[in-house]
Amino acid sequence: MKDAHGHAGAHGHVEPQSFIWKYVFSVDHKVIGIQYLVTSFLFLLVGFSMMLLMRWQLAIPTPADDFDPEKLGMIRSLLNWMWPEKMPYGFMDPEFYNQLGAMHGTIMIFLGVVPLGVAAFGNYVLPLQIGAPDMAFPRLNMMSYWTYFVGGIVLMASFWAPGGAPQSGWTSYAPLSVVAPAGQTYWLIGMVIIITSSLFGAINFIVTTLNMRAKGMTLGRMPVFCWAQLVTAVLLLLAFPVLEAGALLQLLDRVAHTSFYIPKDMIYGATVFPRAGGGSPILWQHLFWFLAHPEVYVLLLPAFGIVAEIIATNTRKPLFGYKELVGSLIVIGILSFVVWAHHMFLSGMRTSLANLFVTTTMTISIPSVAVLTCLLLSLRGGSIRFNTPMLFALAFLPMFGIGGLTGLPLGFAPTDMHLHDTYYVIGHFHYVVAPGSLVALMGGLYYWYPKMFGRKMNETLGKVHFWLTIIPMNFVFFPLLIQGMWGMQRRLAVPTDQWHNLPVQGWSMMIGIAAAVLFVGQIPFVFNFFWSLRNGEKAAENPWNSTTLEWACPSPPPHGNFTREPEVFRGPYEYSVPGHKSDYWPQDEAA
Amino acid sequence: MSTAAIAETNTGISNAKLGTWTFLASEIMLFGGLISAYVILRSGSAHMVVPPRSMMGVPLATFNTFALITSSVTMVLALAAIQEGNVQRFARWIGCTIGGGLIFLIVKAYEYHHKWEEGITLSSNLFGSFYYTLTGLHVLHVTGGLVLMLYILVAGLRGRFTPASHDRVESAGLYWHFVDLVWVILFPILYLL
Repeated sequence: MKDAHGHAGAHGHVEPQSFIWKYVFSVDHKVIGIQYLVTSFLFLLVGFSMMLLMRWQLAIPTPADDFDPEKLGMIRSLLNWMWPEKMPYGFMDPEFYNQLGAMHGTIMIFLGVVPLGVAAFGNYVLPLQIGAPDMAFPRLNMMSYWTYFVGGIVLMASFWAPGGAPQSGWTSYAPLSVVAPAGQTYWLIGMVIIITSSLFGAINFIVTTLNMRAKGMTLGRMPVFCWAQLVTAVLLLLAFPVLEAGALLQLLDRVAHTSFYIPKDMIYGATVFPRAGGGSPILWQHLFWFLAHPEVYVLLLPAFGIVAEIIATNTRKPLFGYKELVGSLIVIGILSFVVWAHHMFLSGMRTSLANLFVTTTMTISIPSVAVLTCLLLSLRGGSIRFNTPMLFALAFLPMFGIGGLTGLPLGFAPTDMHLHDTYYVIGHFHYVVAPGSLVALMGGLYYWYPKMFGRKMNETLGKVHFWLTIIPMNFVFFPLLIQGMWGMQRRLAVPTDQWHNLPVQGWSMMIGIAAAVLFVGQIPFVFNFFWSLRNGEKAAENPWNSTTLEWACPSPPPHGNFTREPEVFRGPYEYSVPGHKSDYWPQDEAA
Repeated sequence: MSTAAIAETNTGISNAKLGTWTFLASEIMLFGGLISAYVILRSGSAHMVVPPRSMMGVPLATFNTFALITSSVTMVLALAAIQEGNVQRFARWIGCTIGGGLIFLIVKAYEYHHKWEEGITLSSNLFGSFYYTLTGLHVLHVTGGLVLMLYILVAGLRGRFTPASHDRVESAGLYWHFVDLVWVILFPILYLL
């Protein structure tokens, strides 16, 4: 079978037969997409579980006056039994809290949402939507998945490193990260591996989109999802190497005793830190945020694309402003490279520089609002089908709206001074990523599941999952905004130690309960996912009566995707065209 | 990938070549990040002690620059040879390219040894850290390029490349010129300024 594998490429449709080449080391973009899908969902579960532990701690940070270690409740006994040192009597050791915090962020972003939005959906859907038989470099694609997998293992292995997992936050700010225990080295190596994986992916996505479109599929006829993936790939390609450079320098600071981020005569542990010095901790912040702000749009752009696809299909009308949407995506992509320092207003930056970044940050909100407006206006006059994917897509609009608008006070330097490092920041970016991106990605899964597995997911369970996701999420994230505006600080295992955090501590109990409900609310989804594989309603080629090319091949598509060479005759969203025989006019239907 | 692929692509550029250019764009950002870090600390840090030019061994580095640029020229000649279908000439020029790369690495090894003896080490001061990091990453790229060249040489001798199909030679060439270009930037900012 090695032979068939060796020659299975974009232009040779030899399907491998043995299990290991077909499902494990597959070069088929669809199998790789599903591998990414499953792996990223597992990582999302891991990251979510960590957060549950942290919310448990934050709900009741310290023992009450009448606390009796002999009479522990069920959960406390369990926690005490599982981690006697890290969570004695169910109260979390602050260092463990820091480890969970850093790993929650790292896992959710780099191992969860980005691989799900970009690698899973991008891999599965992009070649189908442009009418390609596979990715441009199938073997590079396989390597991308396995590098990501190894990177994930290295990051998770850090929990068993001496001193535990990284504890310097997902931002790994120097110089704390330089003096941190060994786990941080795992983090840096893991990140370099993951960056390599995303580099492979980005090259593949760009070349595939530019080079492998079907006949007639001009750039102007590409679905919004493909445009979103193309812009995302460019961001990954150009932003990630800068973090790689930064990570390399931090790694050398840690293992080779250089001092890129260590200032002269830094005092650490009551003595002068034995380094030549002369470096700058701010340098790390610049290199890090140069990646990490475009990264926000890497999290967001695929979600925009997915929501656009779902809305067009389920309103039965063309998207409002296709060109404006695509233009806005490109402008967002470009501007995302010049806003990074708005994360650093409190780093001692001079006012004129801060003003520059305030200006660019306010400017980038214009295309973002344009995207949201186009999607919102697309609903006007549509005959909307309220199926599960559509519910998720509709929920995305106000949720991302809150996420975006709460970002404005953080983008203004004067208001940021007050809000910086509080729970407000956490509330803001979680609204963007969780009820925003992640909800859209869930919608995408319900939407493309029939294509991936040939059956639809159960609608009733889907709707239960939807309400049990969207309501608890708001009870989790909205109170964070309130707590933050009161000045409650983030990154504290025991916030009640500071009196100014006390007035809003009560919300934390409610957040904890809501987070637990959210966790339970995912059970219908997991059940639905596996149950529908065998028992779901059978889906034909085009179960949603959609227009784009991925619905022109069988469900699931065979190796090589299309049974006939697709040819494209029109734009992606020709719904309800007057005079046409049905209310949708597929891109590949001749006249 | 194959000749068929060239005709089929939307842009008219083969996947391999477009992929190489895309990869190089990301490499520019990698070196760009490191070089700007160096430039910023060099101009901004009060503790960046730059060794005098005599300690840096400028003549040797100039020779090295010459060796690398020459290897880029021979790479172009190798490509021209395979475009004419002359495998013998192709192999000879690729051999010269590998030779140029090897000379560069040997001189670099001597330089490293010499500088380390003189007290410019990775952790001695900020300049040393940047010097070894920047040139070290570049040396890694040269080494990777040599492996690539060896592969191209063997594949070429086995008759894998024809005047119509030699994408990989062209891609390897693009990469080699990039590595050369990085050195052309590193040489003045580390040795001359």
